Amino acid sequence: MKLQARLTQATRIVFALLFMMAVSMSSLSAITITAQEETIKVGILHSLSGTMSISEVTVKDSTLMAIEEINAKGGVLGKKLEPIIEDGASNWDIFNEKAKKLLLQDKVAVVFGCWTSASRKAVKSTFEDNNGLLFYPVQYEGLEQSPNIFYTGATTNQQIVPAVEYLIKEGKKKVFLLGSDYVFPRTSNTIIKEQLKALGGETVGEEYVPLGGTEFSTILAKIREAKPDVIFNTLNGDSNVAFFKQFTDAGYTAESLPTLSVSIAEEEVASIGVEYLEGHLVAWNYYQTVDTPENTTFVAAFKAKYGENRVTSDPMEAGYFGVYLWAAAVEKAGSVEVDAVKAAAGGITFAAPEGTVTIDGDNQHTYKTVRIGIVREDGLIDTVWATEAPVKPDPYLCTYEWAAALPKPEGGCK
Amino acid sequence: MPENRSVQRWIIRWIPLLVILFGATVILPTILSSFEINLLGRFLTYAIVAMGMDLLWGYAGMLSLGQGLFFGIGAYCFGMYLNLEAVGPKMPEFMGLYGVTELPWLWQPFRSPVFAIIAAVVVPMIIAAVIGFMVFRSRVQGVYFSIITQALTAIIALLVVGQQQLINGTNGITEMKTIFGHSLAEDGTKRALYIVSALTLAGVFILCRWLVESRFGRLLISIRDDENRLRFVGYNPTLLKMIVFSISAGIAGLAGILVVPQVGIISPKQLDIAASIEIVIWVAVGGRGTLVGAILGAMLVNIGRSQISTANPEIWQLIMGALFIGVVVLFPNGIIGAFKGLFTTIRARLSPRTSGSSIPVVQSVNQA
Repeated sequence: MKLQARLTQATRIVFALLFMMAVSMSSLSAITITAQEETIKVGILHSLSGTMSISEVTVKDSTLMAIEEINAKGGVLGKKLEPIIEDGASNWDIFNEKAKKLLLQDKVAVVFGCWTSASRKAVKSTFEDNNGLLFYPVQYEGLEQSPNIFYTGATTNQQIVPAVEYLIKEGKKKVFLLGSDYVFPRTSNTIIKEQLKALGGETVGEEYVPLGGTEFSTILAKIREAKPDVIFNTLNGDSNVAFFKQFTDAGYTAESLPTLSVSIAEEEVASIGVEYLEGHLVAWNYYQTVDTPENTTFVAAFKAKYGENRVTSDPMEAGYFGVYLWAAAVEKAGSVEVDAVKAAAGGITFAAPEGTVTIDGDNQHTYKTVRIGIVREDGLIDTVWATEAPVKPDPYLCTYEWAAALPKPEGGCK
Repeated sequence: MPENRSVQRWIIRWIPLLVILFGATVILPTILSSFEINLLGRFLTYAIVAMGMDLLWGYAGMLSLGQGLFFGIGAYCFGMYLNLEAVGPKMPEFMGLYGVTELPWLWQPFRSPVFAIIAAVVVPMIIAAVIGFMVFRSRVQGVYFSIITQALTAIIALLVVGQQQLINGTNGITEMKTIFGHSLAEDGTKRALYIVSALTLAGVFILCRWLVESRFGRLLISIRDDENRLRFVGYNPTLLKMIVFSISAGIAGLAGILVVPQVGIISPKQLDIAASIEIVIWVAVGGRGTLVGAILGAMLVNIGRSQISTANPEIWQLIMGALFIGVVVLFPNGIIGAFKGLFTTIRARLSPRTSGSSIPVVQSVNQA
């Protein structure tokens, strides 16, 4: 009995020591880094845990790869880039806390990060208030133009709007809208409804599940009743896994009821299961199968670094070339100072894996090629339709008559 | 002599508090960067919530899994005011995205900061009082009370997520620029908010200490230890429990007011069950039924989280989980309990002859 008591006390002391060591080591590691040679600090802010980590970890990987490639070629302005990685934990509050930490404590020159629009909106004020710089790599719902954000993913006229045009052209006029319950799907669907009205299509249903939700039986019942030609899917994260499994279990196939997804890329196909997705449509700007010499190099380098079984996807590619665009803008500006980089950024081009991308100096978005794809048997995606040239970004859909009712930027369309 | 003694007691009791308060509000802001002060200010608000939780759980033995909800409601109330202050005469930006053209009636009164502050404290108190009345009157106790508060939290969190057009659903309220005309990004504002948080924490601490040392406090402990006997003696536990539940909800709402301007966002994630459970963890780690333990737990866990997540962004949640399990298994009475245990062991070792009776060990933790 006495021995036992002694032992417990010993474990307690050991444990307390371990705890103190863990805390002190973590603060020490922060100190040792600063003691090295002069570098340019850059932040990476993605969800490495929680419901969004399935997608965001891959973007972190490709962003890191671009940073390493640039460092191998001598860095930027003769200095190496030093990545500081933070976990947003699929929690918008933590995203904002970590954004503040990167900007105010680490004083990073730029942050590459965010996936969901909710996380971007959460950090937007922080970047604007502290004049930081965010490179945002994911397709989104448009209607935004922060002076402190560069958007390297597609805005609506580079993904959703052409996707709806494609569906109408294919004769799929009765559309069922299904999405996760947050900014991107809600706003996208507002746009899609306007567009369908103008193009002679019809919205036969609109349903949302909470982010991370896995219960679809009532929604499937509504789909059965509405008899759509196609489901326009804006679900995000691991809800897709549950949806496509239940969708297939309910007897649907890509032939009987195709879906068009805008947040499912190669990485998600693998985790959802290709047996559920084969033959379904997706809309992006890049697929692993895109035939450019830059892409061949990109895919080979990625597989060499992270493993043969890994795939590359659109947001990963946008995260990757975002680093190069920023580096080019810094070289042109001759400084990492935010205002100088912004002034230098307009017109910067880069031969990205998806083809040539160019920063539009007016709205800080990127010219991108639009591609509709179909999921193959092996989980990769084939392009079934693409624009001939990169499309000019139009975040507020100023050039579309049917979009007149949507919010416009301050000062109106140019 | 008795007068002298009471002065002495007063000094022993309050001087440490004054010293700590002086250090926290005067010295710390001069050494720490504004980012660290901002972070610390935020953790102080967590400590306030934790103290309300300790009052409820540590003293009255009622494990509420809804404190995060009250915290969140307070934060939402003040967040709506800050959002309106940022957009001025216009509407919050997100409403435009969903085609809302007129400021909803729910938002109208939040143009007034006074209303927002009062609502942030009073609304949680009312909700707690109503829920408390229904739950306690039917003599729901123990784990069933926990389950009911947890269900309530889940329901309201889902409700908020669904209210996209009204309060921006999952995204939460984000556009906040100024507080009473001072920019939230400025260092001075951050320091001021930190000091206000520290003073509020001290005030709430004094209030809670006064409560637990009064007759009310002894009644709370008797609710925890033997509610039936209390009822037989002639007290009305329902009313008492309602009051303490309501007070702890009001404290959480008050903390909500202070957290929003320091964080700059309020989302339903804060109303999540996980957020409420986290509050329980802070108190458990620090030590129940001590008030100081709640403060210590909230501060340590959050500082640890922020440090560990930066040092190990890939696996920090596993480390935190392991630490929680470790603390709860090895120090069932929390950090304060462990210190008390150590202190008594040392005292007993130093004077083996007089061990036992002379040492007043207050073990105020129930085994529920």
